[in-house]
Amino acid sequence: MNINMTLIGQTIAFAIFVWFCTKYVWPPISNALHERQKKIADGLDAASRATRDLELAQERADQTLRESKEQASQILEQANKRSAQMIEEAREQARAEGERLVASARSEIEQEVNRAKDELRAQVSSLAVLGAERVLEASVDEQAHRKLLDELAAEL
Amino acid sequence: MAAGNEVSSTYYIQHHLQNLTFGNHPENGWSLAHSAEEAREMGFWAIHLDTMGWSIAMGLLFIWVFRKAGKIATTGVPGGLQNAVEMVVEFVENLTRATFHGKNAMIAPLALTLFVWILLMNSLKIIPVDYFPELFAKLGVDYMKIVPTTDPNATMGMALGVFCLIIYYSIKVKGAGGFAKEISLTPFNHWALIPFNLILEIVGLLVKPLGLGLRLFGNMFAGEVIFILISLLPFWAIWILDVPWAIFHILVVTLQAFIFTTLSVVYLSAAHEHH
Repeated sequence: MNINMTLIGQTIAFAIFVWFCTKYVWPPISNALHERQKKIADGLDAASRATRDLELAQERADQTLRESKEQASQILEQANKRSAQMIEEAREQARAEGERLVASARSEIEQEVNRAKDELRAQVSSLAVLGAERVLEASVDEQAHRKLLDELAAEL
Repeated sequence: MAAGNEVSSTYYIQHHLQNLTFGNHPENGWSLAHSAEEAREMGFWAIHLDTMGWSIAMGLLFIWVFRKAGKIATTGVPGGLQNAVEMVVEFVENLTRATFHGKNAMIAPLALTLFVWILLMNSLKIIPVDYFPELFAKLGVDYMKIVPTTDPNATMGMALGVFCLIIYYSIKVKGAGGFAKEISLTPFNHWALIPFNLILEIVGLLVKPLGLGLRLFGNMFAGEVIFILISLLPFWAIWILDVPWAIFHILVVTLQAFIFTTLSVVYLSAAHEHH
């Protein structure tokens, strides 16, 4: 246990080891450690951000769903209303058409009746003349009585 | 190794506590010491080959392992080695951050070197005390004390290194004048008490490395002596005491490395502070 040169030797060795450690050992390990710490912190940050984003997205999705449901029910209601209206309109139209048909048929019938009356009237005069001829057996001046007969026919 | 009588057990203990010394012997010139007396006669100009060899080997082991871990260090998922190394680095970093308040990029690596190096040197103690002396005796080497921290030269050498840094940073941070003022005007700020202050402060300054080195040496040396004494028991009884003592030493080895490191950081921190 003598104190000797070993003391100096140890000091030199110590200095060299400290120098080497400071230069080549400490920096890479320390850097890697701190970088990983940062990375983990960033990762945790990102995870919490993602969770928040997910919540927001879910909320948005829920809202959209709610809105679209509302819209759908609105559209359905409108469609129902519209169809009822359309049925009503169609019914109205059909009734109007029917009425129109009936009216036109009626006027046609009237026309037909009038024509038949006219024809009848025309024939009546000639029949009457014919009848009178037969009755009288004599030739009556057609020209003379034509006016009278026409007046008679118009009264029919 | 059971010893039959007093003389051989004394010889055994002394043999195990003798370093392999190479130095300038007054009669034999530069040579290996073959006895404790020869080693003593060599005086200061001698070197403990075993202490130097084993401590440098442990230092290289530290550098090699940590450098390897540093090279493969990724910011991704760490492997086993990286994990272990990072645990130590983080431990030292936290220790430094807690005790050192100045700004100096060298303190943390310094603390890491001290801690791991001392830990490795102390750990050599767990190797059974007879293995290496017997092995080297077979190879023709007389002495082989493998635990460098049981040699005061090693512990005081490191303490001397720390002491130089304390002086260096004291002067660098406070300036030569500031440092001189600090040691001459504290604790009593009066010109008449300068000599008194100087004595007090210089003693206080010198006690730091002395305490550092001797504390580590004392603990390790005492433990080593106990290990040697235990191995004097009959071979079938050694484990009864040896195992508990070795287990206890796992704590001592770590604790002493930790204390040396922490105190060095504390001293250096004080050197960085203005008063």
